[in-house]
Formats: sequence, structure tokens, C-alpha cells
Amino acid sequence: MSLIASLGAIEIGLIFGLVALGVYLSFRIINFPDLTVDGSFPLGGAVAAALIVAGWNPFAATGAAIAAGALSGWLTAWLNVRLRIMQLLASILVMIALYSINLRVMGKPNIALIDEPTVFSMLAFGGMPDYLLKPLVLLAIVVLVKVLLDLFFASEAGLAMRATGGNPRMARAQGISTDRQTLWGLALSNALVALAGALFVQSQGGADISMGIGTIVVGLAAVIIGETILPARSLVVTTLACVLGAVLYRFFIALALNSDFIGLKAQDLNLVTAVLVAFALLVPAWKRKLPARRPAARTVSPMAAKEAR
Amino acid sequence: MLHAKALEITFNPGTPIENRVLRGLDLKIPTGQFVTVIGSNGAGKSTFLNAVSGDLMVDRGTIHIDGEDVTRRAAWQRSDLVARVFQDPMAGTCEALTIEENMALAWKRGARRGFGFSLTRSLREFFREKLSILELGLENRLADRMGLLSGGQRQAVSLLMASLQPSRILLLDEHTAALDPKTAAFVLELTARIVETGKLTAMMVTHSMRQALDFGSRTVMLHEGRVILDVKGEERAGMDVPDLLHMFQKTRGEKLDDDKLLLA
Repeated sequence: MSLIASLGAIEIGLIFGLVALGVYLSFRIINFPDLTVDGSFPLGGAVAAALIVAGWNPFAATGAAIAAGALSGWLTAWLNVRLRIMQLLASILVMIALYSINLRVMGKPNIALIDEPTVFSMLAFGGMPDYLLKPLVLLAIVVLVKVLLDLFFASEAGLAMRATGGNPRMARAQGISTDRQTLWGLALSNALVALAGALFVQSQGGADISMGIGTIVVGLAAVIIGETILPARSLVVTTLACVLGAVLYRFFIALALNSDFIGLKAQDLNLVTAVLVAFALLVPAWKRKLPARRPAARTVSPMAAKEAR
Repeated sequence: MLHAKALEITFNPGTPIENRVLRGLDLKIPTGQFVTVIGSNGAGKSTFLNAVSGDLMVDRGTIHIDGEDVTRRAAWQRSDLVARVFQDPMAGTCEALTIEENMALAWKRGARRGFGFSLTRSLREFFREKLSILELGLENRLADRMGLLSGGQRQAVSLLMASLQPSRILLLDEHTAALDPKTAAFVLELTARIVETGKLTAMMVTHSMRQALDFGSRTVMLHEGRVILDVKGEERAGMDVPDLLHMFQKTRGEKLDDDKLLLA
């Protein structure tokens, strides 16, 4: 695989790193299986592309895309906590509705951004070639988002959100409105995904109505791969694992599709995805079957000793 | 002070399985009193506790805590007044979070949660000090996940968490029922110590008449959703389990047939 192809894989991997962080937030932190992602990713792309074409500053357009994504996540959560619609169904309803909304936003099935300014072209300096510039800009954005997310999770408000997913009854007893946490959590999650969509169209040169298909699978795949290769000790490590999982995932896909001797073509993408995710899901099970290493002995407390008996 | 007035709760109203759990329950608990609550299965003990905590909304009646009407407030809106320890050791703590994170959650019970760090050096030091009271060695395991602790350890931490911030009433819902006898005795002794040192207003539901008489300063018995016995002071001081059973039979004119109550 050539250097440019590798950098291209890393570039898309970093974008999907943002999706993975969003999916991690909804699926793992607040324990809400949210499929809105398949609609909020293209929503972010559609809003950014439409506004850039309309002459908006790319940064402002990206900001608007983030807001739109947050709104869609909020809507899914609202359907669940206020109208008591099942989580999965609420998110599917919003996802389906967003397909129509995305068409409305774009006004047509696709928008080209080839000659338009983007956040990348605005940050270009010293004639750095595109294939280097884009991964660098994306790396900076992803690192910033990850650090901000880590700081949030360590804050009082972030702890409240983690308790909401971990033990809602206990959270309420501690004075946390789990409904409100779910609304904010899904808004934040889908804001991240929409940001990824906005960056995706600007890096790939256009938005397409079908660009969202399978986003949730890719996001989940990244989270699962990340958790497999970097088992969590702390949240800081886990958020890193999500991003790393996304980059590795895109890298393997590129590797598989670019290796002539395997004979895979672009249309095999979804098959390769499924095989890769299945493989990542199997690894932890295999690990368990290996003779378990005994954990280092702890200082045993009097009561623990009593209870061990 | 807790003032529950004419509380009524009916499960599945208007159906063949309609169940009138609370039928006009009245109870006043003055500030600083430790009340134990007993009653046979289905008497409405847990339902009453859940009504006070806000986990269940009453159909009729009012609940005042220190003069504030909390009847229509959701559980999370009452948490500045009410602290509680659940029956299930898994319910009162969050197993995915560390010990210190659980305590940081309880430290902010009923307060605004901002974007500042949930854990600071001084707060950790404070938690360590609090945990050392338990004498379980947990003060050296602040960063361990809660899920690694045994049921008894988790229940002890739950108790500590419930007493981190002042509350107007502490609710204990058979919080030793799921523990083995030795651990249960330890947690009970800890409960008595925490309630005493904090001069807390507390209500403890228990299945054991022995416990009900040994702890606290007042015992009430619920039956069919109402308070049918209420003993305190000198009358209670000289009481033993058979006396309590006898009193029950006299007021009800029927025999108490719950094995659990008799055997306890």
C-alpha cells in the first residue's frame, strides 16, 4: 500500500474516530443504543456542504452542522424520555426522518465541494500538500475533542452522566435527573457524529445522501476493536482506544482492498467490515480460554478474608 | 421532621389484581428520632419508604419533610432532603465507577454539579479519612472499581455515602437483608454508630423484630397499609419479641402468621 493511500486511510480513520467517540458516549456511557448516527452523520455533512456552497465561512458551516447534530440527538432522547418510546425505535424514527430532512437541506441528492473553501483549505500553510495537511488538521481536532471529553468525564457533570448509564436508580437517589442527562448525552454524542460528517464532506470533496449508511456499524466496530486491543483501565485510555480502533479499522480495510493478491474490490467493503467486527468480538472470548493469569494478590481486608472463607 | 399524612397507594387499580398497598398511612417522625419499621410481607413497608423517597408517587395524602411539601417532587428533586440505603447492595452504588467516584457522586447529592473536577486532592483525603472508619482497608483502594467489592463492603460504603452530606431523613430499606449474619451485624452496628454520631433522623425497615427492638428509639408496625402499633419510651425499653407479638394479637384480634417475623 502506498504512502498516500495509508495517509488517506488514516485521514478517514481519524474522522471516524469522532464517530466512535460519539457512539461510545451513547452506547457505553449512557447505555442508550442510539442508531440516530446513521442520520446525524449525513446531516452534519449536508448542513456543512449546503452552507459552504451558499457562501458561509467553512468554520461557521461546521459549527452549524454540530448544532444540527445535537438537535437530532436531543430529539431522539426526547422521544424516549418524554414520550416513552423504546430507545431503539426512537432512534430509528429520527434516523428515517433525517433522510428526508437531509434531502431538503441539500436540495438534491449530492453537492460537490471541489472548488469551494473548506476548513482544510483555510488552514493550509507553506504549500503543504493536501495528503499531509488533512491528516494533521484532523489529528489536531480529534486530540482536542478527546481531551475535552476526558476533562468532561472527570468533572462533576460528567460523573453524573456516567452514573446515569451505570445505575440510573442510584443516580436519581443522588439528585441526578436521568432524563436530563439522557437528553444532553445524546445531544453531545450526535454533535460529535455531525462534526465528523461535516469534516468528511470537506475532506472528500462533496456530500451524498447515501453517505450515512452503515455509520453506526463503523462506529461500533471502532469501539469494539479499540476495547479489544486496549482493554480499559481508565476512561482516558478508553477514549484513546476508540480513536485508535477507528484508525486501525480504516487501515485494515484499506489494506484488504489494496492487496491485489487477496482479490478484494471496493464493493466487498461491507463484507470485510462484518468479518472484521466478528473477529474483534471473538478475540476477548479466545483470550478468556487461555490459561488465566492470576491477578496480583491484594492486601486482603479483614472482612474480605472473612467473606472469602 | 417527617410528616406523612393519609398516604394511599394502589397498584393496578381497577384490575382483577388490584392491590391497595397503603390505605391511609399516618406517621410523624420528629427530628433526631431513629424509628424502626416492621410488618409482615405485603404490609407496605417498602412501598412506604419508596413513597417518602419519591420513587413512587402517592395516589392520595401528603408528605412533608421539615415543613416542605414534597408530595409531588420526583426522587431526584427530593435528594437534598432524603438520603437512602437500598436493600440490594448492587443498587446503592455504581459498580462501573471507582470507590472515590461513587463517593464524589454522593458528596454532591442534591447539589448543582458543575464542570469543575469531581475529585480533588483534599476531597480524596477526606474520603480516605471517612473510609478508614469502616476498618475494611478500603481507604487504600480509592481507585478500585466498586464492582470489585463484596456485598457487605458495598453496603458499608453505601451507608457512608448516605451520611456524607446532611439529610433531613435517612431511609434504610432492609439494608442488611441480603448479607450473611456476620456482615449484617457489622453493617447494623455501623448504622447505629453513624446515626448516633450524626444525630440523624432515620427510618429503618427490617424483617427482624429483634433488630427492631434493639435499634433506634421507637418501633412502628405496619399492617395492611396502616400503622397498627407504635411503641417508644419506657413501654418499649422493657419489651421483648413475645411482648410485641402479644400486643399485635391484642390490637388485631388475630394471630400473626408470618414465619419470618416469628423466627427472626
